[in-house]
Amino acid sequence: MAHAPETALLHGLMAEFDNPTALVSAADRARLAGYTAMDAYTPYPIEELNDALGLKKNPLPFMVLMGGLLGGLGGYMLEYWTQVVAWPMNIGGRPFHSWPHFIPVTFECTVLGASLTAFLGMLALNGLPKPYHPVFNVPAFDRASRDRFFLCIESTDPKFDRTATESFLKDLHPLGVSEVAA
Amino acid sequence: MSDSMAQGQPHPAVARSAAAEAFLSRTPDVIAPGHTFGSVTDKISGIVLTHRTPIGWFMGFAIAFVFLMILNVTIVKLLFTGIGIWGNNIPVGWAFDIINFVWWIGIGHAGTLISAILLLFRQQWRTSINRFAEAMTLFAVACAAMFPLLHTGRPWLAAYWLFPYPNTMNLWPQFRSPLIWDVFAVSTYFTVSLLFWFTGLIPDLATLRDSAESKWAQKIFGVLALGWRGSAQHWQRYETIYLLLAGLSTPLVLSVHTVVSFDFAVSEIPGWHATFFPPYFVAGAIYSGFAMVMTLAVPMRAAFHLEDLITMRHIHNMTKIMLATGMIVAYAYVNEAFYAWYSGNLYEQFMFTNRATGPYGPFYWMLIAINACMIQLFWFRKVRDNVVLLFILSLLVNVGMWLERFVIIVVSLHRDFLPSSWDMYAPTRWDFGMFTGTIGLFLALFFLFVRLLPAISIFEVRTLVPQAKLQAADHH
Repeated sequence: MAHAPETALLHGLMAEFDNPTALVSAADRARLAGYTAMDAYTPYPIEELNDALGLKKNPLPFMVLMGGLLGGLGGYMLEYWTQVVAWPMNIGGRPFHSWPHFIPVTFECTVLGASLTAFLGMLALNGLPKPYHPVFNVPAFDRASRDRFFLCIESTDPKFDRTATESFLKDLHPLGVSEVAA
Repeated sequence: MSDSMAQGQPHPAVARSAAAEAFLSRTPDVIAPGHTFGSVTDKISGIVLTHRTPIGWFMGFAIAFVFLMILNVTIVKLLFTGIGIWGNNIPVGWAFDIINFVWWIGIGHAGTLISAILLLFRQQWRTSINRFAEAMTLFAVACAAMFPLLHTGRPWLAAYWLFPYPNTMNLWPQFRSPLIWDVFAVSTYFTVSLLFWFTGLIPDLATLRDSAESKWAQKIFGVLALGWRGSAQHWQRYETIYLLLAGLSTPLVLSVHTVVSFDFAVSEIPGWHATFFPPYFVAGAIYSGFAMVMTLAVPMRAAFHLEDLITMRHIHNMTKIMLATGMIVAYAYVNEAFYAWYSGNLYEQFMFTNRATGPYGPFYWMLIAINACMIQLFWFRKVRDNVVLLFILSLLVNVGMWLERFVIIVVSLHRDFLPSSWDMYAPTRWDFGMFTGTIGLFLALFFLFVRLLPAISIFEVRTLVPQAKLQAADHH
């Protein structure tokens, strides 16, 4: 890739691999070497990378549980308030608070609340939509959505050093190492 | 996950009997051998980006478009005149509108079953059919929702009793009615199916963005892909919610047809008032839905040469699911007859006699012939291997399931408790216009979908190719 001037900001250094095994073992070695600010880019999810990169568990299951509870509670309260408080009506002699009739809508609202939380929560935690990101500056990166696997060690890493990190990455036998302009 | 994804490689530690080997060798793989990450990507994205559109696509789309226009005319006529243009009238207050609603929404159920339930059960073969089955769900639910909405005559005036919103009359929906449960169930189902479908599309849209040649395609797919870059951190969260959405969709899809069956079961009409309606309706929904998946998959597979990805394994498995759920439906027919007799109730018994021997009797026997007898052909491997025959049989299953809803709805209503009010029902041309029109809408949307978006999930198919298996020696 085009070399950025020495003074230009660097997002990091990126190594390219042509198979998932090489990437996972590279990520493993980078973690063991003490790198923390790094990310891998793959064309499909690779479960083993979570451990290799030392990724933390995400809070989405808890958020989705809360979203579901809020949705269900909201649905039931809507029914209670409209049928008992706002507009009580005698339907076939049933009590105003005829809770068995309120279950289907409560259930649907639970699923709706949980699903919206799951979708929006995933986007929010991932910082999407994000039209610009430095990694897209690497020409070879087009293949991250096809058949190539990338490991990027970011310049914010305390251990990051322009030359030492580059030689570390080259030791992992990648197809190539590129600078990622910020 | 990746270990279990490896195809066709028996684990060396497992010694299999000769009989087991022979059986396995007869089971086709979920993906043809020889594919790589690049080749599956090109194969699927090529349909959208590079291939010439087959002439059959234009012809098919043109026909679907004609029926779509018929739908438009019908709706305009309906809104200007009112639902009097339809054939339903007391005692048959529900007819084509509700038959078609139940028929379409049932068809939608197979998409969610494939994408959610089979994911939870780790059925790899779902991977190359889930995307278009989910699209089918969305389009089918859109067609379904149109019927009850237009049955209100002027939907914008009906909004206050359908949706809870503060209106100037201070009125609220009546939440003890199954029809309101339906509004919530169907709108939730559509929303969640859309989220699930779009979530699955995001990584594939990024693939299209990165491989598109034209500036416009890059821009459009770029916006839709939301800046997805395949980061491992993102994938981890993505996989979490993909699984959660599958887990949420599973009870949801069962609840939707349960609530649809409540529209009938909660009433007191003989032929409707039965506690076994929910499982009966859910099984029928999955049965008819798989028939529609088959109806769409067979021509799509041939037109776009997708035999490597939609293999005979998929065709066999779908046929087996149709057989299993069809048998549940047949069991329900036997139960209906048994209940009528065992209840000792005059009206229940009359309902059943009228169904089998009344003026609409031939429809009943046609549905028995299709849904109980014809599907027994699926037991034979020769039938399961013949895709043309399966295409024809799956069309017949769709006819059979439409007839089932006709028999349940119209035949239960047309001879009610008072013989003086008995009457016959016949659909008008506007009924047919609306029904064939929604088929046109469904097919037109489907044609656009296969041409403009990846009809098979690219990133999930990548996990099926042999390269995706991690080499154990290098990693622990």
